Amino acid sequence: MSWVRRFSRTERTLHWVNAAGFLLLVATGLILYLPSLSTLVGRRPLVKDVHFWGGVGWISALALVALLGDWRGLLRTARDLERLTPSRFNVGQKVNALLSAAFAILFLVSGLLLWLGERDTRFRFAGTVLLHDGLLYASLVLLAGHLYLAVIHPATRHSLRGMTTGKVSEEWARRHYPRWFG
Amino acid sequence: MNRSDDFPEERGVSESEPKRYGRGLFLATVAGGLSSLVWGRPVWSRVSAALAPIDQLVPFVPTSGWRIYTVSGSMPTFDAATWRLHVGGLVENELDLDYEHLRGLPRATQVSDFHCVTGWTVRNVRWTGVRLADVFAGARPKAHAHALQLTSAEIPYVDYLTMKQALLPDVMLAYEMNGRPLPREHGAPLRLVIPEMYGYKNVKWLSRIDLVAKARAGYWENLGYDRDAWVGRSNGY
Repeated sequence: MSWVRRFSRTERTLHWVNAAGFLLLVATGLILYLPSLSTLVGRRPLVKDVHFWGGVGWISALALVALLGDWRGLLRTARDLERLTPSRFNVGQKVNALLSAAFAILFLVSGLLLWLGERDTRFRFAGTVLLHDGLLYASLVLLAGHLYLAVIHPATRHSLRGMTTGKVSEEWARRHYPRWFG
Repeated sequence: MNRSDDFPEERGVSESEPKRYGRGLFLATVAGGLSSLVWGRPVWSRVSAALAPIDQLVPFVPTSGWRIYTVSGSMPTFDAATWRLHVGGLVENELDLDYEHLRGLPRATQVSDFHCVTGWTVRNVRWTGVRLADVFAGARPKAHAHALQLTSAEIPYVDYLTMKQALLPDVMLAYEMNGRPLPREHGAPLRLVIPEMYGYKNVKWLSRIDLVAKARAGYWENLGYDRDAWVGRSNGY
C-alpha cells in the first residue's frame, strides 16, 4: 500500500493538545456543573482552580505549538478553511474546525469573565453563564459527530491514521478527497 | 511557496473562489457568542418560559437548573441525632433546637423563584419550613438586636441580614424542598430562603443564628459582593 502525507507534525500536535486540554476541561467542568458530581467529588475550590488554570494552560499550549511549530503551514491551512469548498478537507471538516476554533475563543472569553466577575462587578454579565454552558452543549454535539466519523463509521475511520501517524493510504485519499488527491 | 518538508501537499485550494464563507461562519459565530452576553439572558428567559411545559416532561438540562456552589473542601453531613440549631446573641432566651423540635414549630410553605448572582434562575421552587418570627417567639430578641448573623456548618461561610429583611413575609428557614427533606447539596437539614435576594444570602447548612446589633460583611461580601443583594437591583445589575 502506498501512503500519502495527510497532516503535518504541527497539525497533529495541535490536534492532540487541543483534545487533551478540552477533555480535561469537560471533566472538571462537569464536576462543577452537575449537582450529582459536585456532591460526589466535593473539593469545589480545588476543582475550580484546576478548571481555570487548565483553561489558561490549554490556550497557552495551543499558542505555543503554533508559534514553535510550522506556523506558515498552519496559516496556509487556515486560508484553506476560509473557503467552504472541498479541498484537503471536506466541507463538514471545515465547518467542524471553524466552529471548534470559534468556540475555543468564546470559551476563553466567557471563562475569563466568570473568573473576573467573581472578583469585580464590572466584569459581570447576565449572559456569561448561559454562553459558557451553551458552548459546552454545542461542543459536545460537535465532538460526538467527530468521534463517530473518526473512530466508529467504517467508511471514514481510516482518517484517524492521518491524525496519529500523519499518513493515509493513497487509495483512500483519492476516494475521499478527489479535489486534493484526485 | 515556503513549504516545510513535513507539510502535506496543498492541492485543490481554490483561492479564486470569491466568497469566503468559512471566514464568515467563524466571525459570525464569535460575534454571535460575544453579543449573547447582552441578549442571551433575556432571550433565554422568554424561550425557557415558553417551553416550560415541555421542560417539565423532559428536562432540557440534567441539572434542573441548579448548580451547587460550595466554598470548602467537603459538604457538611447531617445527623438528626446530634444536629442542633443554636439561636443566641442578643436574645433573652438562647435556644438549641433539635431537628424534631424545629419541625414542630408552625409550618409554612411557599413557592418562589431562586436567583443566582452569576445569572441562573430556578423557577417555582416549593419550600417548606418555619418563619423567623416563630423562632424569635421563643428566643425573644433584645430591643437593640437589629441584625442576624447566619453561620453555616460549611466553614467559613457566614452571612448577615437586617432584622427588617429577615422578617419579610417570604423569608423562611426551609427544611423541605419540593416536598422532600432538604437534600444535602441544598444545605441539609436547614437553609435560609430569601427569594428577593441572590442565592449567596440564602445560607445553606445553617447551624447558628446570632442576633447582633448591626449587619456586617458576609463571606461573599468580603469578596466584593453587595450586602443588600436585591435581585435585579444590586451587584452591578
